[in-house]
Parts: sequence; structure tokens; C-alpha cells
Amino acid sequence: MLNYTPREYTERKAIVINPAKTCQPIGAMYAALGIHKCLPHSHGSQGCCSYHRMHLSRHFRDPIVASTSSFTEGAAVFGGGSNLKTAVKNIFAIYDPDIIAVHTTCLSETIGDDLPTYIREAKVPEGKIVIHANTPSYQGSHITGFSNMVMGMVKYLSQNSGAPNGKINIIPGFVNPGDMREIKRILKALGVDFIMFPDTSGVVDAPMTGSYEMYPSGGTRIEDLIDAGNSMATLALGSFASTAGAEELRKKVKVRPTVLHTPIGVGATDQLLMAVSRVTGQEIPPEIEEERGQVIDIMVDLHDQYQGKEVAIFGDPDIVIAMTAFTLEMGMIPRYVLTGTPGEAFEREVNAMLTTAGVEAKVKASGDLFTLQQWLKEKPVDLLIGNTYGKLIARAEDIPLVRVGFPILDRGVHSYFPVVGYKGAMRLIEMISNTLLERQDRDALDEDYELIM
Amino acid sequence: MKDVVNKIVDKYPASVFKNRKQHIVLVDHDTEEPQTITANTRTIPGIITSRGCCYAGCKGVVIGPIKDAITITHGPIGCAYYSWLTRRNKAKLEGNETDNFLQYCFSTDLQEGDIVFGGEKKLKQAITEVVETFHPKNIMICSTCPVGLIGDDINAVATWAEAQYGITVIPFSCEGYKGVTQSAGHHIANNQIIKKIVGTGNREVGKYSINILGEYNIGGDSWEIERVLKKIGYDVVSVMTGNGSVENMSNAHKANLNLVQCYRSINYIADMINTKYGADWLKVNFIGLQSCVDSLRDLAKYFDDPALVARTEAVIAEELAEVQPIIEKYRPVCEGKTAAMYVGGSRALHYQYMFNDLGMDTVLAGFEFAHRDDYEGSDVIPFIKEDADSKNIESLHLEPDEQKYRLFIPREKFEKLRQEIPLNYFGGMIKFMNNGSVVVDDINHYEIDEFIKILKPDIFCAGIKEKYQIHKMGVFSKQLHSYDYSGPYAGFKGAANFARDIAMGLTAPVWNMIQPPWKTEPMLEGYYIKEVV
Repeated sequence: MLNYTPREYTERKAIVINPAKTCQPIGAMYAALGIHKCLPHSHGSQGCCSYHRMHLSRHFRDPIVASTSSFTEGAAVFGGGSNLKTAVKNIFAIYDPDIIAVHTTCLSETIGDDLPTYIREAKVPEGKIVIHANTPSYQGSHITGFSNMVMGMVKYLSQNSGAPNGKINIIPGFVNPGDMREIKRILKALGVDFIMFPDTSGVVDAPMTGSYEMYPSGGTRIEDLIDAGNSMATLALGSFASTAGAEELRKKVKVRPTVLHTPIGVGATDQLLMAVSRVTGQEIPPEIEEERGQVIDIMVDLHDQYQGKEVAIFGDPDIVIAMTAFTLEMGMIPRYVLTGTPGEAFEREVNAMLTTAGVEAKVKASGDLFTLQQWLKEKPVDLLIGNTYGKLIARAEDIPLVRVGFPILDRGVHSYFPVVGYKGAMRLIEMISNTLLERQDRDALDEDYELIM
Repeated sequence: MKDVVNKIVDKYPASVFKNRKQHIVLVDHDTEEPQTITANTRTIPGIITSRGCCYAGCKGVVIGPIKDAITITHGPIGCAYYSWLTRRNKAKLEGNETDNFLQYCFSTDLQEGDIVFGGEKKLKQAITEVVETFHPKNIMICSTCPVGLIGDDINAVATWAEAQYGITVIPFSCEGYKGVTQSAGHHIANNQIIKKIVGTGNREVGKYSINILGEYNIGGDSWEIERVLKKIGYDVVSVMTGNGSVENMSNAHKANLNLVQCYRSINYIADMINTKYGADWLKVNFIGLQSCVDSLRDLAKYFDDPALVARTEAVIAEELAEVQPIIEKYRPVCEGKTAAMYVGGSRALHYQYMFNDLGMDTVLAGFEFAHRDDYEGSDVIPFIKEDADSKNIESLHLEPDEQKYRLFIPREKFEKLRQEIPLNYFGGMIKFMNNGSVVVDDINHYEIDEFIKILKPDIFCAGIKEKYQIHKMGVFSKQLHSYDYSGPYAGFKGAANFARDIAMGLTAPVWNMIQPPWKTEPMLEGYYIKEVV
């Protein structure tokens, strides 16, 4: 497994090997799925749309529906305007969504397709909406694409009608529907009125009923996206995925933004609750405080199972930043922290946390998994935390892997359960502890093989 | 049924209606003229198609499985990322082989500056880094959409790299927008394999030497097929391209016969070898027991050696004895059930044979990126009109190689033999299907929904993008691209695996649990309080 990776690390300027990111459009497609009755539309070659649907379907194990402008060589030369106009007409006629969310691709960006003009010229039926986001694949990553589409929703839709709605906006970031459900549960427990967008719960974790709904019941309602302009504040969870949307709300309709970590772990969940409480004046209810107490109880009881263990964390920046903070709370030692997404802010933020904790580590944005493997060859760790692609390194270097993040292609059910909130913290502790104990059991001699651990 | 099909396409806007009805055929073998279908034409923008792109056909399908080459995707990150280990084309080192790079993904990860100022410099640097780190004997360069637009000359870079590093470097200009499906990419890959690889090797081959073309070793299919062929005594010179290598493919011209499994993705190579080196090709199908038996017998016929024929029959008997009881065990669950299929360019036909073995009828079948000959057979090729999209894909015009051209069997014998076995000929799908069944080319999201409601198949085989939509409708869906992480499904043992998996899918207890009991059972329970006077 990965036998050709040399131990010696050499600086590479051009080739990316075993990427830890993918391109913008898939993030935009995922964000668009979080609008109720929305059809994401990929403005480029068919293959882009096909690849993104494939990958999202494999992660969520649910139908991922999106359309494409089906570029051919002619469109690449003469521009994709007529393709988009034909597409808009056909989509509304055949698939009848309430809204089409168009994202671009490296192809349509390179030829300079003018989306706002094309959309203006397209025949959009009365009461239907077309929005777009520019998502050039040669900038940023899938997280940037998610962020750009969220910003697009605000740009096109959010309005200040002058009548405050008494709500807060929550941008959950590129997380699973299980996480979005958990955040909503917490907010409801606090008695807070809120607008969450995008919200893919009920869309990519839809129930089996025997009849197929092309547009399942979930997703943020368009009227709520419009009304988000009347909210009292926006909480953006995860700076990479959610800041742009929150900032756009500030600029466009003067809704005050607060950017927080993705609420993974105790501290980040505390911060979310306090932020919500401060903005809304709602008290944190006893049942949520009870959950926090349970997590702390678990951490007191189990700390010896993971404290002091060295860990490598990789994946998307918001998740990795939050996981790094949580592993530090657990007394673990994050030795390697890597994201494929570019951004100096990532390195700055993680390094600051590690410095405060007195942990020496290698931290890298715009990294790839080849680099991570080389680091691990130089000095291994006890545990990997990251997406499915980590399984190759896990086997090559014989290090156990806890699957967190996107994509998870080789295990099911993960997207239904949260990693956020106190419940998510419990789940992560269980996953991390059990994985370490399984390894201890696997490696134990008979005489050391314990019944009670 | 005709009314039903009309009702489905009636919902379309006029231009879509006109287009789509030409892609749907109700099979009727009693017509005077052979039935025709429109295929390999553009998907209309906005239609939720499952089709992919040229890059997916070239890198994803044909080039991706070649294990002793490092394939660098030249473009932004996504294309390399999505084609990294997502197709289940298995590979392992055999004999003295040293190189299998398939677990690695290589991309030039082009950034905005590269798009503006050109990406050739970065590509050269990438090749240098790859050579210094991995020391590969072969590098493939696959282009993505923006590379073609900004005009990077990957041919020049490849020439430079070959001179600079003394290795084989093959460029593939497979930008996603070329052609109308993956099919364009197959063709581009085929061309380069013929130009740059086949004919460069010189290994001695056995008497019964063959290549297996269009077999990608999904879930280990090729290994199961090769196991049987080697047991009979064939010398498998190369497999294109499952578990394949440049090393083996370089000797492909030495084989006496080419077996063609996936016709769509590799027929160009079969034809080009035939033209340039003389070897004939035989259309085989190793999916399904009866078709395995038939294919092995056809193959033995070609070599026309009593000892080989006897050995073939012995191996068939041996294999059937092992596998048939397993099929019989699952057959009662499957018998009488109906199947629908929408797969790439051959499987929607191949698996009909398998379903026949299980006593199942195929009520609908369609291809994702087929041409008319996949449906109507080789006979139609001279009548296929080239359009703007297909003209853009180069067709090589080859001449017989002066030194290496040879005919294994005399042409008189060839002519006689082709009356009996599919030599240099593919019959297509429509002929195989029953009257009243439906053939749909490039079926889309809406049509899948509608046809399931009407035909109510017990199983709908497709890919990952369709699978969960079909499940939500309460119909079992088996992925026939990736086999849902199972397999092999080819060959004798593969047939047993398939039967097991289909029976499992049809009998999963969960299908009976979809409706909650409170939806079907009476919930009102009255109780007597007291009569109020």
C-alpha cells in the first residue's frame, strides 16, 4: 500500500499527489441542495456534474439530483449562453423546481461566460428563481465553492423589508445533515427563532417511504432566505465555509455577523451557546447543560484511554481547526494538522492553538496526503482523524483511522449522526476511544488481553 | 406500450420531445426493416443525464487502470481527484513487475495564474518531480477542459520529457468538452495506445495467444476470466486495460486473436490491430454461465485444434459442476422476476445473458454512451452519419505493417468461420431483446422515474447516481459499474457471486418494512366508558 512514497520529504512546486481537497463546484452543488425545491445546475461539461453527483451520492447514500449545461466543443468556443438558456427552459418545464442554483466550472470560467447576463436573458417562469455563484475550479477548494454558493444565496435573495423578524441566521458550514439537525435541536431547546441556511437535512438524508420525491421535504425555504435580511444577527459556523455569506449579509442588509468555530467539542459548543444566548437573550436550558455535564463526566472517566496519544488530523479547514481544538481539550497531542484547502488563516489559527497548548506540530494548508504520509514515515502517530482517503495511509503506516469529515465513501450511516454539539462530542469520544482500544486489543498478547478496560 | 412511451415523452417541451423519442425503441422483430435508434448525439442542456465527459472515458476508463504508468491529470484538482480509486479496477504486481501506481493520484492542480499565463511550465515541473520521486518507466498526461482552452501544448511537453528523461510519455488531449460522452475519450485513448504502445514489444507468445480487450478488472473480473482461459491453455498476452501494463500491451500485436468484452470502449483498438497487424477479433461475453460457455466454445473454434476443444469442454464441465448448484440455489428466488438496466456501453447487454440464466426477463435496457452499432450491430456502421461532434475526434487511418502484419487463419476459412461465430462482428443489443421490451438510449432522471412506475421491474441495475432514486421507489438497484463493492461478476465464479447478490437484494427483509404498521393496521381501539343517560 502506497509503497512508492519515499521517507525523505522533498519540497514540490508543481505536482499534487493524493489531494486533500477537490474543486469548488461540488461544494456549490452541496450548498444548493440545502435550499428547498432547488435544482443545482452545473454550467460546464457533463463530466463535472456527473463526478459531483457521484461523489455526493457515495458520501450520503441518497439521491443527489443536479443538471448540467452539457457543453460540447462548440459551446466551449462560442460560449455557453445558449446552453444555459436552453437548460433553464427545460429544467422548469420538466423538473419544476422553485429555484435553480447555477454554479460555474473551470471551463465556463476560462471562457469568461457572463452568468448574470445569461440569467437575465433566460426565460424564467413567473414566481421561479435562478441564482448563480462563480466557482472556478482553479481557485480555493470545494469549501470555497460551498462558501461562494452561500454568498450567492444572500446576494440574490436576502432582503431587508424594514420589519425585524426577531430571528438569528445560522450558516452551519460544510457539515452533514446529522450535524445540521443537531444544531437545530439545540437552538430549539434554547427557544430561539432561527433561519438556517443552507440546510441539507431532509434532503440528503431523506426517509424511505416507497415513493420517490425529487424534492424532499427538507431544505431552507426561499422565503426564509429572503427573510434572512431581517434577522438580528448571523452566526457563521466555520470561517472558511461560512464567513463570506455572513459578511455579504452585513454588507447588503446590515445583519451583524459573528464567526465561530464549527461547534465540534466542548469549548466550541460552549461558544456557540453563549453567542446565541448573548444575541437573543435566551437562557441556556437545563437539558442542554445536562448534556454538557454528561460529556464532561465521560471525559473525566475515560481520559486515560486517549490522553497523551498523538494524532494526525486532515481534511477540510473548518472541521480540522475544530477537531484540533477538541483533541487538545481531550489532552491529545495533534502532531500533524493538514488541509488541502489554501489559506494562511488556517495555519495561523491552528498554530496559535498549538502554541497556547505548548504542542509542537507540523501544520500545513494547501497540503496533500503524500506530504502527510511522508511526515508519518518520519515519525508516526497513534491515530489518524480524517476522511476516507486516510484509509490508504492508515494501512500503509499501520495507524488506526477515525473517519470524520468529507467524504466518507466506505462506511455508511455517518451522515445521520452529529459530530457537533455535546452529543457530537460524546460520539467523537466514543469513536476515538474505541478505535484506540480496538488497536490495543488487536496488538495485545494473550496474557495482556483484558476483559475490562 | 407505444402509448405509454408516447405519454412519457409528451411531457417534454417540443424540441426535447422531438429529440428524446428518437432515443427510445420498442423492440419489434416483426418489422420489415431493422429497427433504428438515435445514439451518440448531444444530451440537451438541462436534462438530468448520467453521462460523463471525454476525460472520464479516457483517463477514468481506459488509461486509469494501466498500473505501470503514472497518469498526471493536467488541470485543476477535481478531475484527478474524482478519478482516483473510484472505479474498482483492481491491480496487483505479478511476476517480475515492479510498478503499480494506481493507489496514487497525480494532478498539476492548476491555479488562476496558470490559467492566465499557461500551464506548460508547471506540467514540465510536475513531470520532473514525478520522475525524481517515483522513477516511472511511463507517464501519461491527460488534459482537462481549461488546458485545451488556454492552448497548453501537451504533445510538445511529452516530447520534451521523453528526450529529457528517456522514458515513455504519452499525451492524451481528452478535454471534457470533446465529443458528447465518455465515448470520445475511449477513442482518444485507443488511438494513443495503438500509436505509442502496441507493436513496441517483442515477447515470444504461445500458440493459443490472445488479448482480452475492453476488460477493466472491476471487482477482479479479469482475474476470474484469465483463470479460466489459462486453465484451458491460452496465453493471455495483454488485458486492455484491467490490471494492465504498458509492458504487456506493447506485445499485444503478437497475439493471434483479440477477445472483445466491452465493445464500445475498445472496438477501435480491435479494428486497428486487425488493419495494422492482421489479428482478428472475436466478440465474447463472459457475463453469465451460458454466455461463458458459448464464448469459450467460439474461441476454441477459432483455433480449431481438437486437443484445445477437448480441453475447453473439460474445463467447462469442471467449472459448471462447481457453480451450477450455486446458481440453482438462488434461481427460485429470481425466476419470473423482471429486470431493467441502464449501464455504460456493453453491460446492459451482457447482463441480460446473466438474467436469462436466472430465469429473469429484461424489460428495459439502455446504454449511457453507446453508438448506433452497440444497439443495431456492426452492420449499421457504414450508415452512421458523422456529425460535428464525432468529426472532432480523430480517426486513425492505418496501413498494414510491412514486417508485423500476418493472418492467423486464411481468409476463406475466416469467411466460413464467421458464419458460425461473431468474428470481427458485433450483433448489437436490439437483436437479443424480446419483442415488447424497451430500449432507451441516454435515459434520464425523469424517464427512469416514469418507466419504473409503468414497467415495475423487480430490479433496476444502473450506477451510483441512479441507485438511490430507484431505492426510494421501493425497487432494488444493483450497481453494474462498481458492483456495489462486490464481485467479481464475470466468469463462472462471478456468475455465482452475481446470483447470490441478486437473490440477497430481492429477499432483503427490509423491503417488507417500508410501511409502518400503523399505516396498515387498525389503530382505533374503542373502550366502554359508561352510558350517559
